[in-house]
Amino acid sequence: MKQEGIIEAQQEDRGTTHQRKFEKVNEIIGRLGRSRSALVPILQEVQEEYRYLPEEILTYIATALGLSPASVYGVATFYAQFSLEAKGKYVIKICDGTACHVRGSNPVLEAIKKRVNLQGNKSTTDDLRYTVETVSCLGACGLAPVVMINDKIYGQMTPEAINIIIDELEKEDAADE
Amino acid sequence: MEQKNTVLIDGQVVEINGEKNILELTRKIGIDIPTFCYHSELSLYGACRMCVVEVEGRGIMASCSTPPTPGMKILTNSPRVQRVRRTVLELLLANHDRECTTCDRNGSCKLQDLSNRFGVKKIRFGERDVKLPLDHSSRSLVRDPNKCILCGDCVRMCSEVQGIGVLDFAGRGSQTVVAPAFNKNLAEVECVNCGQCAAVCPTGAIVVKDETDRAWAALNDPTKTVVVQVAPAVRVALGEEFGLPAGEIVTGKLVAALKRLGFDKVFDTSITADLTVIEETNEFIKRLQSGERLPQFTSCCPGWVKFAEHNGADFLNNLSSCRSPQQMFGSLVKKHWAKDLGKKPDEIFVVSIMPCTAKKYEAALSNMTTEGVADVDLVLTTQELARMIREAGLVFDQLDVESFDTPFGFTTGAGVIFGATGGVAEAVLRAAHEFVTGQPIEQVNFEAVRGFADRKEATVEIDGQEIKVAVVHGLGNAKKLLEEIREGKADYHIIEVMACPGGCIGGAGQPISPDRETKKQRAKGIYNADKLSQLRKAQDNPMVAKFYERWLKEPNSAEAHEALHTTYSNRGRITGEEIQLIAGEQPKVDIAVCVGTCCYLDGSYDTLQKLMKLTETEQVQDRINLHATFCLEQCEKGPVIKVDDEIINAVTPETVEKVFKEKILKKLAAAGE
Ligand code: SF4
Ligand code: SF4
Ligand code: SF4
Ligand code: FES
Ligand code: FES
Ligand code: FES
Repeated sequence: MKQEGIIEAQQEDRGTTHQRKFEKVNEIIGRLGRSRSALVPILQEVQEEYRYLPEEILTYIATALGLSPASVYGVATFYAQFSLEAKGKYVIKICDGTACHVRGSNPVLEAIKKRVNLQGNKSTTDDLRYTVETVSCLGACGLAPVVMINDKIYGQMTPEAINIIIDELEKEDAADE
Repeated sequence: MEQKNTVLIDGQVVEINGEKNILELTRKIGIDIPTFCYHSELSLYGACRMCVVEVEGRGIMASCSTPPTPGMKILTNSPRVQRVRRTVLELLLANHDRECTTCDRNGSCKLQDLSNRFGVKKIRFGERDVKLPLDHSSRSLVRDPNKCILCGDCVRMCSEVQGIGVLDFAGRGSQTVVAPAFNKNLAEVECVNCGQCAAVCPTGAIVVKDETDRAWAALNDPTKTVVVQVAPAVRVALGEEFGLPAGEIVTGKLVAALKRLGFDKVFDTSITADLTVIEETNEFIKRLQSGERLPQFTSCCPGWVKFAEHNGADFLNNLSSCRSPQQMFGSLVKKHWAKDLGKKPDEIFVVSIMPCTAKKYEAALSNMTTEGVADVDLVLTTQELARMIREAGLVFDQLDVESFDTPFGFTTGAGVIFGATGGVAEAVLRAAHEFVTGQPIEQVNFEAVRGFADRKEATVEIDGQEIKVAVVHGLGNAKKLLEEIREGKADYHIIEVMACPGGCIGGAGQPISPDRETKKQRAKGIYNADKLSQLRKAQDNPMVAKFYERWLKEPNSAEAHEALHTTYSNRGRITGEEIQLIAGEQPKVDIAVCVGTCCYLDGSYDTLQKLMKLTETEQVQDRINLHATFCLEQCEKGPVIKVDDEIINAVTPETVEKVFKEKILKKLAAAGE
């Protein structure tokens, strides 16, 4: 369901997406109230909208709630659920726990990075399609090496297998557009 | 029954007398329990665990946040307490950049002091292996996050006492830091440079920027005439650095020390404080008579001025246009006195010794110059001067007293009391009556505006008119007052604001001392100096009269304005941020709508929404850029929008359509296809 919303938004032209999101921020603030206790719920909903919390939107929220930007930033960085960096449409988490590492998670990681064209220590592609992160133990060591894409788990990954999965994602996207 | 209101502390019976926590109780009987995060003037945080005691039946507890209950048996130095304390210290030190020898707080650091006091000899938990970048951006302060012990004192000082909230905790777990919003530098956010955060920081994590090197360089430069001015509050605090009691007036020794350090002339900022009184009182009387721009706010505190520029755009017109005494001094020296010496402005190097960190920022402002040269070249704090005196090996206590040089050496009590909260207001009151009626007043003491209450008020009658005066110190108190005025709940004619609690005697450049008692002693010293002055009123200063005669003609003349007054500008809260809203394919016009604090409150969001609708109905979205921005620095006439380079004020949802047609559509039409 969430997925659909995002795709819909992307079909609109760039300008109006920004505009629609910003109007949504104001709707959220209006609905949840301009008080400190509403801050965490507001941030949650705003993050749904943008998939992360942009600095300027946090400053805007601080202004609307009469808080200092530093304290809004503090709250946004305290909870693990919030992200201050833009995340891609697909968040690919590759496990680098002991079991996965031993069974060759590293070549898989390299293959993903090459495939989506991510260089250096950047974690999100410029077109905001993919975010690639390493995580420690996903709790599925039996399936090592493990990759998780958005909420779906893929086991026994190899560089070849991950390429096929990404092919599939791209095909789906092309069909949608 | 033996149910008395007492507790047992280390075997001693102690009565509870309304103390809120065990810590206060132990201090009463002369036991000094160590603390990091406890400050009687700030809210309770209770996180550092340094203040532990052992309570029978309950174990180890934080004394700062545990209320005493009758019958408690408390141990303050049991083996368990000792162990816990040492562990707390070791844990802090393990994660601390332990470069004591090169640290500005070496010798005045609480972490160092307590480690010493509790005999920490080795640290069991390893070394800090990260090195976060230092923040040198501020004119006044340096932040070193590697030395932060996360006590939160600065966070609470800036938000609770100063009402700003520049700093806060960010991140979680082992990654937690105390930082400005988005980890920006202090110079990029709404910090007013008051330094109160540095004054409460127990370690070297926030320190006053040390610029003694520049002073030595000037003193050793044979091409420069180096003059120094000393602010009123310095003379009652410098002695503390050399073991003398707080509040002792050390003016004579201070002057002697400066001469021995090599300054060519040693002058007193109090004389330009007298001048400020005359300019500001005349300005006030004019406003009073015309009924305009009231209340008048004082403007000698650069921390307050910057606060107003960020948060009080609607009051900027009410600030007195007078420069601070420090800047009046620099200006007179470079514009006029230099000519007497046959020198150019850049051949004279003006140093000021100030209790204040914000003065460093003020001196560097681009409109405080003469022929392109800064009026004040260098500001040193009381702390930095003490460092220079020590470096030169001068035994302060043994110096023979000397007196200030002319022509900037003769002062009245009025100029001296500028150093304490209420002083400026009192000095103005001593002058106002006489200026209006021509009759000098008999009683020069206005006790009502003295002291440390959050807000002090007085009503005085001048020529049949009641004048209402208010005095606030600490910017949190100023913020409250501004809100009340906006809501129509408070009404005054003249208001003195000082950023630091207690006024300049409590400035962050003063010797470090956490307690209120020290400030009280310093204030006492200031009022004693006033009492001992031959002359008590600024208008009686014969040297100031000479300045008018020779250089300035009369109060508020064109000449006086040129040399002694200034202007203010709105400042946004945070730099470099915008919210992209419409990014057209082929933009011809760029539109920014301010959603900064003032404009937001003026309803700029509605303006923005209307504007977005209009671009939609007129189908011009491909041909414009539209973004929301924070503060276009025109806050008094919000909502403000900017079309290309043109700023348009007061664009309300009602008027936005007109502006859209006349400005934006026209431009688009002109830009053609
Ligand atoms: S902050 Fe204190 S303990 Fe840390 S290096 Fe400086 S003097 Fe030493
Ligand atoms: S200098 Fe003053 S305004 Fe700036 S962070 Fe410190 S306490 Fe806050
Ligand atoms: S900077 Fe200083 S006062 Fe602020 S939290 Fe760190 S140690 Fe405490
Ligand atoms: S180590 Fe990868 S799932 Fe456990
Ligand atoms: S002083 Fe009590 S917990 Fe910090
Ligand atoms: S808030 Fe400053 S111009 Fe809008």
